[in-house]
Amino acid sequence: MSAPMATNETLPARAALDQEWRKVVNHGLLLALVLVFVSLANMPVSLDSRMIIEPMLSMGYLSLLWIPVVMGFIVSSEKVLEGIAYHAKGAREVLAGGLVGLIGGLGLSLLVVLIDNFDLRDPLVNWSPALLDLLQFGNGIGFGVIIWPVLGFGLGVFGGALHIFTAMTRTIVGWVLGAVLGIAVFETVIIDLLTERLPFEFITDWFYFIRGGLSQQGAVTAALIGGGLGYLRVLAQRGVVPTPVQDYKQLVGPERTRANTIIIITCGVATAILPLLLGRITNELLANVGLFVLLALGLNIVVGLAGILDLGYVAFFAVGGYATAILTSPNRGDSWPDWVPQSHWFAALIVVILLAILTGLFIGAPVIRMRGDYLAIVTLGFGEIIRLLFLSDWLGGYTGGAQGVTNIPGVDLGFVEIKGTDPRAIFYLVAVFCAIAIYVSWRLEKSRLGRAWMAIREDESVAEAMGINTVNVKLMAFVVGAVLASFSGAIFAAKVGSIFPTSFIILVSIVILVVVIVGGMGNIVGVIAGAAVLIGVLGGPKQPGLLAEFSEFKLLIYGALLIFMMLKRPEGLVPNVRRTRELHQEEFLQDAWLRSQVDADEQDGAPSGEVAPA
Amino acid sequence: MSERLLTIDNLSVTFGGLHALKNLDFHVDKGEIVSVIGPNGAGKTTFFNMISGMVEPTEGDIVFKGESLIGLDPNQVTARGIARTFQNVRLFANMTILENVMVAQHCRTKQGVFGALFNTSGFKQEEAEIREWGEKVLGFFGSRLVGYRLDQPASVLSYANRRRLEVARAMATKPEVILLDEPVAGMNPRESEELTGLIGQLRDEWGFTIVMIEHDMGVVRDVSDRVVVLDHGETIAQGSYEDVSTNPDVIEAYLGRPAEEAS
Ligand SMILES: Nc1ncnc2c1ncn2[C@@H]1O[C@H](COP(=O)(O)OP(=O)(O)OP(=O)(O)O)[C@@H](O)[C@H]1O
Ligand SMILES: [Mg+2]
Repeated sequence: MSAPMATNETLPARAALDQEWRKVVNHGLLLALVLVFVSLANMPVSLDSRMIIEPMLSMGYLSLLWIPVVMGFIVSSEKVLEGIAYHAKGAREVLAGGLVGLIGGLGLSLLVVLIDNFDLRDPLVNWSPALLDLLQFGNGIGFGVIIWPVLGFGLGVFGGALHIFTAMTRTIVGWVLGAVLGIAVFETVIIDLLTERLPFEFITDWFYFIRGGLSQQGAVTAALIGGGLGYLRVLAQRGVVPTPVQDYKQLVGPERTRANTIIIITCGVATAILPLLLGRITNELLANVGLFVLLALGLNIVVGLAGILDLGYVAFFAVGGYATAILTSPNRGDSWPDWVPQSHWFAALIVVILLAILTGLFIGAPVIRMRGDYLAIVTLGFGEIIRLLFLSDWLGGYTGGAQGVTNIPGVDLGFVEIKGTDPRAIFYLVAVFCAIAIYVSWRLEKSRLGRAWMAIREDESVAEAMGINTVNVKLMAFVVGAVLASFSGAIFAAKVGSIFPTSFIILVSIVILVVVIVGGMGNIVGVIAGAAVLIGVLGGPKQPGLLAEFSEFKLLIYGALLIFMMLKRPEGLVPNVRRTRELHQEEFLQDAWLRSQVDADEQDGAPSGEVAPA
Repeated sequence: MSERLLTIDNLSVTFGGLHALKNLDFHVDKGEIVSVIGPNGAGKTTFFNMISGMVEPTEGDIVFKGESLIGLDPNQVTARGIARTFQNVRLFANMTILENVMVAQHCRTKQGVFGALFNTSGFKQEEAEIREWGEKVLGFFGSRLVGYRLDQPASVLSYANRRRLEVARAMATKPEVILLDEPVAGMNPRESEELTGLIGQLRDEWGFTIVMIEHDMGVVRDVSDRVVVLDHGETIAQGSYEDVSTNPDVIEAYLGRPAEEAS
């Protein structure tokens, strides 16, 4: 597409300029606000101990430094629509980015001066000398005041300059940054993988500094690796080297099936081997991710396929956990009659499944006739009710009240007992159930029931008029979701050994929902990716992730991520084709319309002057 | 005298103070094509909503093959053999064209979770049958909805094709009676002429009984065995097209213009 140098010719030049200035100032002020907020939220100080590149860059500084870049980029990005005059990017955009960064930096300078002169620790707990020191880079007030505008300007210029880079440069820059950050963030996993069983200490010694963080040589190497991969990617886009993902997408019929089989087998084998190479901490992490994958797959059926926004999904997790605990632990509430046996985990699992089905029906029946917001709120209520029941005095004799149920044994397989002290075994157990959940989701999605769920999601009244008993079909989604969640609960109980009402707070429901949304609603791979990124990297409601330092800010980041995803990529990380279509109707329909015009010309010879077929 | 399929007796409905339908009597015999016409807001769509169970009548009875439909849910009405299309085309836009007609066979099939999970032979056979019937009803419209189109989402279809898919989806439910709500609205003359022919085939070759709401008098004249005219929720005339179109009440209802010219 040729790019005419058309600026807003319709507006008088003055007004156009005014508008541009206002945009720059607005973005600058917003940037200042965000930077001050992040500082006062104490992110820089509490993340300062985690090094990205020793000794230059800590996670703390990074938490501030990335923002001007993004803002510098955003200020000059505009939605480019087909057919609308496209305005070429140039020095103006770079300057705009720089100015935004400058204004943002001035905001931090102001904060430095204020912290130096006033003591506001009373309302603002993080108004601290530590923050001041960090913002001054340990170099005194003058340095602190001057450095931020300069840094902001530089970073903003970089952000703005992203617009004028060629696509190739942009890809490579992205990969370089991604590789450095990725190798730094996944430090624990990489070290674990390469040194726990494998003799690759020399690699990790090269990359990482003893006390954590990339060494400088490591950072350079990582950057080179990223650059190389980015370049490969560029070549792939140009068709010079093969593009496996594209090729895969083009496969059809039996070839596709064969490719899928190979992928599935590879993933299965990798899942089986990986834990053997990893140490305790990483396996623990994987087990937690697995538990949430299981939950998210279940919720995905309810929300992603059937479109029922269940905000009380934790209830089923709790039922699974408590039922397992009570049936297997010697230390359960004292009110149980003797005929309730203390049984084996697998025996308990059968009861758990039945109970989950009952709970699904019990909670589902009253809410299923509601729609939309009402349903969401009522399920939210039920989620809390179940937890409060477990906590209550009324059931305290059975559930242990606030003391919960302790001494829950692991899963005795005869030759080995799977329990929390052996995260590797737990991971295998979780993986088996995840495999079951994946199979169930996959089979149901393309069955009669799955189609009915989709129809209900699309238009419930029409689905009903087309002969679908919406009540039964929706209840079925609830029940399937409940059973999958109860599996997760059962494994959770065996893993942690003791459960309390506080293990099943509303936050769990929310986190699972965020996993599903961020990962990509209605897409199995997406849901797994979502769980890996959120639970693995940031951590679950109570489970630490790779970035254990983030635990304090976990919810903040979850929220920010959720908002970002809803605005920019509502279809999730790994989108489901169908949902992408739904959420990007306009673009999609435009394409389809163009194609149909060509069609119509060919088929009917209908008069249509607008689009000439190629 | 052929078999009476649907009898509607003294049916009324009010929305708040508005009498959308008043003391309506109506019947359809097996193999008939009946048109329901009337000015905008006459209550035609409401009449369909009532038969299909989407709106409860305040008074009166609807009897289908000797059984009252009052109090049944829409899916139960469909299961008993009455399918419908919607005036404002309501397809499952993000499902594929084939899925749209497959899902409409829900009440004619029964495989559940068990069959799907264990891929039983019953499940496989039923899926194959669902697919086969789906392709058959789509094939009714020639090559427009089949071939590469099968796996495209319904939202890419042109307006006329969406209307056709609406009809195909109703056919897929294996009904006895199909209620068509303005099937040719928005189509060009060539397309509506073609669909008029197809409506005849629906009865003659597929054996469906048809009740059709239509504003296009040409279409009404060409296919209807009988025409019912609604105005302000009341039947003001009933009979052959010729009788109705010369009825002074009807002419008055159409703002003093002869019905023929209104088309
Ligand atoms: N659910 C409802 N609640 C309240 N009023 C309704 C409802 N449905 C229909 N009406 C009213 O009932 C009257 C009849 O509407 P209906 O849609 O049946 O007309 P119609 O004959 O199908 O008209 P058209 O030719 O425009 O499709 C209208 O005045 C309409 O506003
Ligand atoms: Mg109508």
